[in-house]
Amino acid sequence: MNADEALLTYVLRVADNALITGQRMIERVAGEAELEEELANANFALDYIGQARMLYTYAGELEGEGRSEDDFAYLRDTQEFRNFLLAEQPNGHFGDAIVRQFLFESFYLLQLEALADSRDKRLAEIAARAEKEIRYHLRHAAQWLVRLGDGTDESHARVARSLAEQWRYTGEFFAGDEVDSILQSEFRGPDLDALREQWLANVTEVLEEATLAVPGETFMATGGRQGLHTEHLGFLIAEMQHLQRAYPGASW
Amino acid sequence: MNKEWPLYEVFIRSRSGLSHKHAGSVHAADDQMALDHARDTYTRRMEGVSLWVVRSDQIVASDPAETSAFFEPAEDKIYRHPTFYEVPDGVENL
Repeated sequence: MNADEALLTYVLRVADNALITGQRMIERVAGEAELEEELANANFALDYIGQARMLYTYAGELEGEGRSEDDFAYLRDTQEFRNFLLAEQPNGHFGDAIVRQFLFESFYLLQLEALADSRDKRLAEIAARAEKEIRYHLRHAAQWLVRLGDGTDESHARVARSLAEQWRYTGEFFAGDEVDSILQSEFRGPDLDALREQWLANVTEVLEEATLAVPGETFMATGGRQGLHTEHLGFLIAEMQHLQRAYPGASW
Repeated sequence: MNKEWPLYEVFIRSRSGLSHKHAGSVHAADDQMALDHARDTYTRRMEGVSLWVVRSDQIVASDPAETSAFFEPAEDKIYRHPTFYEVPDGVENL
């Protein structure tokens, strides 16, 4: 694999994480219990879609085959998506969604911080912009996790269960492959070992404040970045792509 | 138990140097959440550089029934307006 191919794959992975996470949040639109949280969630979802658009556009330029952002989002099949398994997990209840956002965004923020310093100018610019958005998202998710964890017996028990169920998808964040190595060596990309250490420290700090125990060593599910997804992604993609599949080329 | 979150009033400073202005209100379970809700509800279109939130029940307000005693005595005291001064020629910013 040469450096250009690695960069393209890497950009698509980041873009897919943003799109699938955004799509999951969009599923919750009009479902929040409070108007203010409704606005926050919809804003966050749109932040993610905006990030995905910038990244897909860049991927299309890197690839040089004339694919647009829509082609990447709407005309690829499930196994062509490279997002983390965590991103595609169903929303579940409010605490499930908060835990998912918290675990992912704790990683994503560190990833973006590192990428903002990348030698690839374009990726660095996109990352610097996204970093500000995600810093706020994470603040929101972390505060909620503390409220729920350190809240009532019921809320504590529920988020503790969410955490236990979703922790297994966090190992994938740091399971680097050739793409990550090339990105690090050629483009000054993230050092995943350093990221893991920082991530665990940050996550532990919030979990302690939330009176939640950090889950111990456990089996870690991987495969998302190779296109091997859980069964949930297919349903998400089917809904997201329905219009373009039913009416190819439709626009408004 | 009252399940409704308390109300907070939101004040936004639109630019440095200006004062905070009342923008509206949000519901929130605690102070931090109120600040976040204010940010998400009222500053989506670059409306501000600073936010204040304060519990609505902490605001001491004048009583509408006392409007006449409070405000009407000022109505016939136009000498309180700075309009009786001779403005020297050439002074532009007064």
